[in-house]
Amino acid sequence: MADDIQASGPARAALSARELERFERCVLPHLDAAWNLARHMLRDAHEAEDAVQEAMLRACRHFGGLRGVDGRPWLMAIVRNTCLTQLRRRRPAGQAVEFDEEAHTPETAAGPELELARVRASDSVREALAALAIEFREVIVLRELEGLSYREIATVIDAPIGTVMSRLSRARHQLACALRGETAGREAAEHGGDAS
Amino acid sequence: MTCEQIRELLSPFSDDELDAASSRAVERHVAGCAACAAALDELRALGIRVRREADYEPAPDTLRARVLADIGLARPGASGPRAETIAPGRARIARANPWRGLAIAAGLLVLLGGAWYGGRIGAGEDALMREVTAAHVRSLQPGHLMDVVSTDQHTVKPWFAGRLDYSPPVTDLAPDFPLIGGRLDVLNGRPVAALVYQRRKHVINVFAWPEPGARDAVGPTTSRDGWHVIEAAHAGMALRVVSDLDPRELEGFAQRLIAAK
Repeated sequence: MADDIQASGPARAALSARELERFERCVLPHLDAAWNLARHMLRDAHEAEDAVQEAMLRACRHFGGLRGVDGRPWLMAIVRNTCLTQLRRRRPAGQAVEFDEEAHTPETAAGPELELARVRASDSVREALAALAIEFREVIVLRELEGLSYREIATVIDAPIGTVMSRLSRARHQLACALRGETAGREAAEHGGDAS
Repeated sequence: MTCEQIRELLSPFSDDELDAASSRAVERHVAGCAACAAALDELRALGIRVRREADYEPAPDTLRARVLADIGLARPGASGPRAETIAPGRARIARANPWRGLAIAAGLLVLLGGAWYGGRIGAGEDALMREVTAAHVRSLQPGHLMDVVSTDQHTVKPWFAGRLDYSPPVTDLAPDFPLIGGRLDVLNGRPVAALVYQRRKHVINVFAWPEPGARDAVGPTTSRDGWHVIEAAHAGMALRVVSDLDPRELEGFAQRLIAAK
């Protein structure tokens, strides 16, 4: 088996046959997870394909010699970073893509109304999820669709566990509001009060 | 704690991510507060709905082919998708390619070389181990976990009748390891029963197929890539217990499983 791989020629990422076998076992099985994270983050199938391809190549390059790392969160972090880079490229210059925690944190002072203003009523989970800010969308995908632990999510998004906890909590709140058909504030006004 | 404070803990509580003390505080509060209990139910229902309805699909074969070529795994004569998958519109053909099942790819050569006889431990065990973990991983994708959703063993057991030519042992181990459902899965190209249990947020898959003459036993645990697999036998069935649950807890589960009548 190892010989076959070696004979296969251009391992462009230059992993030894043994490492390649390990990559196939530890990282490759998470291709579907990578694909779904990228799709949800980029909301575009073509871009997601490119991002995953690039991320897998990056993963392959950094894989040699790596030990004791859980393949899934590790790969997901690479996919996420690749997606964010891609999003930055996509944005016109000057438009910030950095997540402003404050802007998404009405907390108790402003009350839930402000938060609701960001949520559009939706009768489908797909729509509601797609409408979430990317920082909320990614934690929902990582938690609900991939079933990662908070610790793993923290690794993926490079943030403290407390941040994971509060983002997920708020993301769920927004999703629930959207699915309940609650629209409030600005958006409802803009759309002529189409809230139920 | 006030309702407001409890509400902020419900999300991590529902994920089983709170420390023991906070977790107990939430449990106690929810037991006596209908509004917070309803909020918790709503949160759980939301999770189920998201898992069930959100977009989730396997990576396209074109992408898989590109990735495999990039890393040097698409080799001539192997089963990897070749030119035809690169042309768009031929995706249908690519669907049938064996690379779709990742572990099938990983285990294929081993399987071809060392045959696996009804789950006997030997040369094929490694391939079987991979197949079992791959089946487990696959089952965790939304919509793949269960064909029959029930916490009632008397619903799950008959469900297999007519779908399999044997009847797997079905035992509920609630409240510690509640049975949540079952499905048909495929190992080594043949259908097997998969029973799904839960321990907190961890899913446990139990694969079962007949192995006449097997004595009830819990074998060693093998760990790979964060998954733990326990070989066991019970009631004339070979079992493989798979989860990312703590191995000691998983072994406790396996012991209880085979202790059941």
